[in-house]
Amino acid sequence: MTVPVLEVDRLVVDVLVEGEPRTVLHEVSLSLGEGEALGLVGESGSGKSMTARAVARLLPPGARTSGTIRYGGHDVRTLKGGALRDYRGDVALVFQDPRAHVNPVRRIGDFMTEALRTLHGVDKHTAAKRAAAALADVGIADGERRLEQYPHELSGGLLQRVVIATMLLTEPKLLLADEPTTALDVTTQAEVMAILDELRQERGMALLFITHDLDLAGAVCDRTAVMYAGQIVETRESAKLHEDPLHPYTAALVTARPAVDRAVDRLAAIPGRSVSAFEAPDGCPFAPRCPHAVDACHQERPPAEYVDGGLVRCIRADELRGRLAEEVAFHD
Amino acid sequence: MTEEPVLRVTGLRREFGGVVAVDGVDFEIPRGGSLAIVGESGSGKSTVANMVVGLCAPTAGTITACGRDRSRPARSAKERRLRGREVQIVFQDPYASLDPRHCAEQTLDEVLRLHRADDGKQQRQARVAELGDLVGLDARQMRARPRALSGGQRQRIAIARALAAEPEVIILDESVAALDVLVQAQVLNLLADIRERTGVSYLLISHDLGVVRQITDETVVMRRGRIIERGPTADVLAHPRQPYTQVLRDSVPHAGWKPTRALRALTEGAQPS
Repeated sequence: MTVPVLEVDRLVVDVLVEGEPRTVLHEVSLSLGEGEALGLVGESGSGKSMTARAVARLLPPGARTSGTIRYGGHDVRTLKGGALRDYRGDVALVFQDPRAHVNPVRRIGDFMTEALRTLHGVDKHTAAKRAAAALADVGIADGERRLEQYPHELSGGLLQRVVIATMLLTEPKLLLADEPTTALDVTTQAEVMAILDELRQERGMALLFITHDLDLAGAVCDRTAVMYAGQIVETRESAKLHEDPLHPYTAALVTARPAVDRAVDRLAAIPGRSVSAFEAPDGCPFAPRCPHAVDACHQERPPAEYVDGGLVRCIRADELRGRLAEEVAFHD
Repeated sequence: MTEEPVLRVTGLRREFGGVVAVDGVDFEIPRGGSLAIVGESGSGKSTVANMVVGLCAPTAGTITACGRDRSRPARSAKERRLRGREVQIVFQDPYASLDPRHCAEQTLDEVLRLHRADDGKQQRQARVAELGDLVGLDARQMRARPRALSGGQRQRIAIARALAAEPEVIILDESVAALDVLVQAQVLNLLADIRERTGVSYLLISHDLGVVRQITDETVVMRRGRIIERGPTADVLAHPRQPYTQVLRDSVPHAGWKPTRALRALTEGAQPS
């Protein structure tokens, strides 16, 4: 593996909820090499977006962090002034709803060239040319016409591609994509995902891809990290998550999803609901819902341990391996 | 001649200004059946749902539920209530579809007062408890305001509210799309149980082919306001005849799936043969 572009080590984040500090991330560790894609998968409230916000230095006011977020040898948490500005130039963000992200009363061209003109001092004409070329890269042929249009004249899929093209203009080294295709139709999603994947490979950009869909993450990410209750419970090669999951929660995610090619009598729905980090009980946060939990699971938080090239937080990971593989095989 | 279908739609058309949103849509659902309308944004699938439940009037065509015509807006409160006992709807967003000031018990009681006016207070209370049991909400959750409940719990209330009027047909307009996968599995199992126990029919509006496969028997595929393919769900998804349906099928992420740019270009070229 190459030198990591981004390295997060035992990151803990507390945010203020009604004046009270609440833990939303618990000892999150991940690393991302140049040109590598890492999927971050979890349900609402699992902490996946909070992880991206911490990396982007966009945590809400009053948030407290511990642990480290390293980028290019510096701790992102302590960057100030010019160094922070440079860092923000290197990191691009794409969110779920492109319409909430662009100014509705500015033309597409203004939105796309703002960073180039203000941060990089590129003149208006050159900036417009580069914007049109970037649109061509994401499959929008009539770029020059699009630059003159307003956001409301474009469909969601088109607008999301505009946002992606805009991010690429400043040639970021790290792209944080938070559910970038969730609001799109499936055929548009396939196209946007293909574009992201191509651009990452061509430009050697590191990608942190956040989604609730294990299969979608697997399609573009070399490795996938699964989050539950503010911690990463398993990090593994994406392809292996489906056939040989190490954590019972990963297995539950795989088997709960209805398949296109077959209906089952009952979906494997585990009881209870997902909790946030601050609601999690002592011990393994998944233990109250886990079909494989034993007494020891309720005692203390399982540490992250290496198993077969992956990292997992489950004290029974070794003994459960064959059984979880059977559960998901029965599903496939 | 077999039994009269519980819902029959013929030649349904809806225009908005000069735009034709729904064009010549026909389908029927047998009693206790479950039909999916599949399509992407702008295909007209939600407009069909809105016309069937009575939220917008068709430009042309007929809708018959339980043998009674409902193609034109109801002219009286009595007629509206009658129609409410035929078709109910559960919307996508469990956060927007409930009154924030009412707990589940009040929400359900309101429906019962309208639709079972002869029942006394005690009978209504018993029925509210029964509905709560049916959708798996405990006594505490039945008395909580929506803001204190999760998305899955709120969607259970919306389902219970639809069931309270004892309709023959429930329209599920992307009803599980906003739910997390483990919650979605619970709600899909619940919907299957309810259909088995009450014999209610479902009209599912969805873009999610996995959900469609799991809870429907028949499927129609809509594109640009028209139905382009129809048949038993298993057949349509396993052996799509139209190239567009094939593209929809291939766009669903699954293990080992690789996204391609070409798929969407194909849909532009894919004309119904």
